[in-house]
Amino acid sequence: MKPVCACHAKPGAISRRTALKGAGAMLGAAAFAKALAPLANWAREELTVEEFVQKHYRELDAEGLKQVLARHERSALEDYGAEVTIGDHRPREGVVFGYALNLGVCIGCRKCVEACHRENNHDRPGRGSYIRVLEMEKGSMDLEKGNARYEGLVPREGRFYLPVQCHQCEHPPCVDVCPVEATWREDDGIVVVDYDWCIGCRYCEAACPYHARKFNWRKPAIPKDEINPDQSYLGNRIRPAGVIEKCHFCLHRTREGRLPACLEACPTGARVFGNLLDPSSAVRKVIDHRRVYVLKEELGLKPNFFYFFD
Amino acid sequence: MNEAAASPNPEAPRGVRSHARGYLGFLRMAAGRVTRGSPGFWIWTVGLLVVVWFGVDAWAKQVEQGMGVTGMTDHVSWGLYIANFTFLVGLAAGGVMMVIPAYLYRDKDLHETVILGELLAIAAIVMCLLFVVVDLGRPDRALHLVPWIGEFHFPSSLMSWDVIALNGYLLLNAHVCGYLLYKRYRGETPGRGWYLPLVVVGIAWAISIHTVTAFIYCGLGGRPFWNTALMAPRFLTSAFVAGPAFIILILQIARRFGGLTHGEGSIRTLTGILRVTIWINLVMLGSEVFTALYTGGSHAATTHYLYFGHDGKEALVPWMWTSLGAMLLGALILFLPRVDRRRGWLDLACVLVFGGVWIEKGMGLIVPGFVPSALHEWVEYVPTPAEWKITWGIWAGGLLLYTLMLKVALPVMTGQLRQKP
Repeated sequence: MKPVCACHAKPGAISRRTALKGAGAMLGAAAFAKALAPLANWAREELTVEEFVQKHYRELDAEGLKQVLARHERSALEDYGAEVTIGDHRPREGVVFGYALNLGVCIGCRKCVEACHRENNHDRPGRGSYIRVLEMEKGSMDLEKGNARYEGLVPREGRFYLPVQCHQCEHPPCVDVCPVEATWREDDGIVVVDYDWCIGCRYCEAACPYHARKFNWRKPAIPKDEINPDQSYLGNRIRPAGVIEKCHFCLHRTREGRLPACLEACPTGARVFGNLLDPSSAVRKVIDHRRVYVLKEELGLKPNFFYFFD
Repeated sequence: MNEAAASPNPEAPRGVRSHARGYLGFLRMAAGRVTRGSPGFWIWTVGLLVVVWFGVDAWAKQVEQGMGVTGMTDHVSWGLYIANFTFLVGLAAGGVMMVIPAYLYRDKDLHETVILGELLAIAAIVMCLLFVVVDLGRPDRALHLVPWIGEFHFPSSLMSWDVIALNGYLLLNAHVCGYLLYKRYRGETPGRGWYLPLVVVGIAWAISIHTVTAFIYCGLGGRPFWNTALMAPRFLTSAFVAGPAFIILILQIARRFGGLTHGEGSIRTLTGILRVTIWINLVMLGSEVFTALYTGGSHAATTHYLYFGHDGKEALVPWMWTSLGAMLLGALILFLPRVDRRRGWLDLACVLVFGGVWIEKGMGLIVPGFVPSALHEWVEYVPTPAEWKITWGIWAGGLLLYTLMLKVALPVMTGQLRQKP
């Protein structure tokens, strides 16, 4: 369409209206550029081309994975000043991990919570941990009567304590709902997250009935000398901002034959861990010889986490 | 809109290339048209741009500093963004209440105005996609959601279904609108084969987008408040409240400022639809509330919290009673005979039910799914200024897009804008 208004009558001359529009458009563009400046800043500091084009963990070849691990070790040094080793711990043949917890002896001291906090390089100000302990009223298993914010001396009269962490379900709803396959169940039953693939939609967090998933609302802050340098790609390495994390049964330890940090920290021996496929394992003995309770069993998710009573 | 460009005209013996050129010319004309307008137009668009600016500014800071700038927590992990996303899927689907009478019942007047509903669907879906993007902790990884490029978890994840449903609906509407407007602009009769089948597919697709979105929530066994079979029907019904209510208002604005001559009959038809859907919506709401409260126990915890609070925690109580009051009042006003004569009453009713549904779908449905949390902890959610800025920014952006599309579409539909021979 040809402009027909009077101000365009003189060919070649720039009308006042056009000049005004041009100036307005430039001002607007400058304003939006300013608004977007933090984004550019963030992209410069937090993003690399390698990370942007990085493949899904399960599609990386040995060489690609080596480079990824090396890159994360470098950025731990740059961002946190810590020398760390990030391994790729794979599941072992013939192993499915299970956890049992004796509610009869747990005293609610939260030593497991603290051990997880340190072992798994959680954000310090947020007091992050993969374990929540509910203080329950005796005579009830109703979570509604639980209180996760109890303080003071434990154990209190008339109360018992229910630690909850990822139940490593056989049918994990969190895995089903992930739109990008950033989380999956490994052959040894541990549900893991590829922190480099997660888009941070938090659908899995909504799907989990055990409140086991946590989101990195900010970049984790950890003092250099508190960082656990013994790390794993799918496990306790320092997570980037904006992704989901969860309990992985300390796979950097358990896949090497050691015990989870929460178990080692427990002063009452309430925690029993082991290979469900091995009839002589401690956890199998509990399941075979004690009375076992599964939290929210009616949801049909088949957890590999069991509670028992003395 | 490009697939329309590639479509050969069944009537004129012209090549694909010529139509591609013609369609590009049409888009160029449209681009020129939206950069010219009255002072009123400029005040409106620049005003919207200012709101968009605040949204962009807040979002850039959110990406830089992390999602911690929002009021969301590990307890309430979805908030205002996903609430608005859900509502806007409904608004997009709600436009189908124009399409069904226009095409299936051959309503003449609606046939002339239906493009408003189809364009609204485009604007609403664009807003939906933006709300999803701002909710992502890692927007830089959004490509992981794209089939073949990323790892598309289909059919297991309902969110992957939603990616297909929403983008498909966007393409369908973009094609139908682009094709019809292009043909009108050229003064040619649209070839029925090029849009009618897609309109019919679009009707089913509209139902699907809101059904799939409801399934995202109601399929989660660990969230008793969402885990109800009534979720999808309720979503659809409330969509058929919000959609018609919004379009009735838009039709009046288009008649007043956009030179639209049709629309009287459309307003009457949509008012008739609204009169029914708002009551179905209220009946469903009542049914949900009764089932929860009469049964009692832990399943009633959320509903009780919504309307009466829990132990001094009452963040959502004012929202819920406002929503219920607005919907009831709007529903009653719609029964007054005067709404057919005095448009002020109709407008008031539309604003009331639109606002009521917006609250019900957002603060009343997404947020309470997390309160109490999976382990029955009571943590409330209050949106932060950053979230409000981003939310209003996206709404302003969507309204801007809708305005610009209407600025081209209305004169084309009324015949004021025709290609010169």
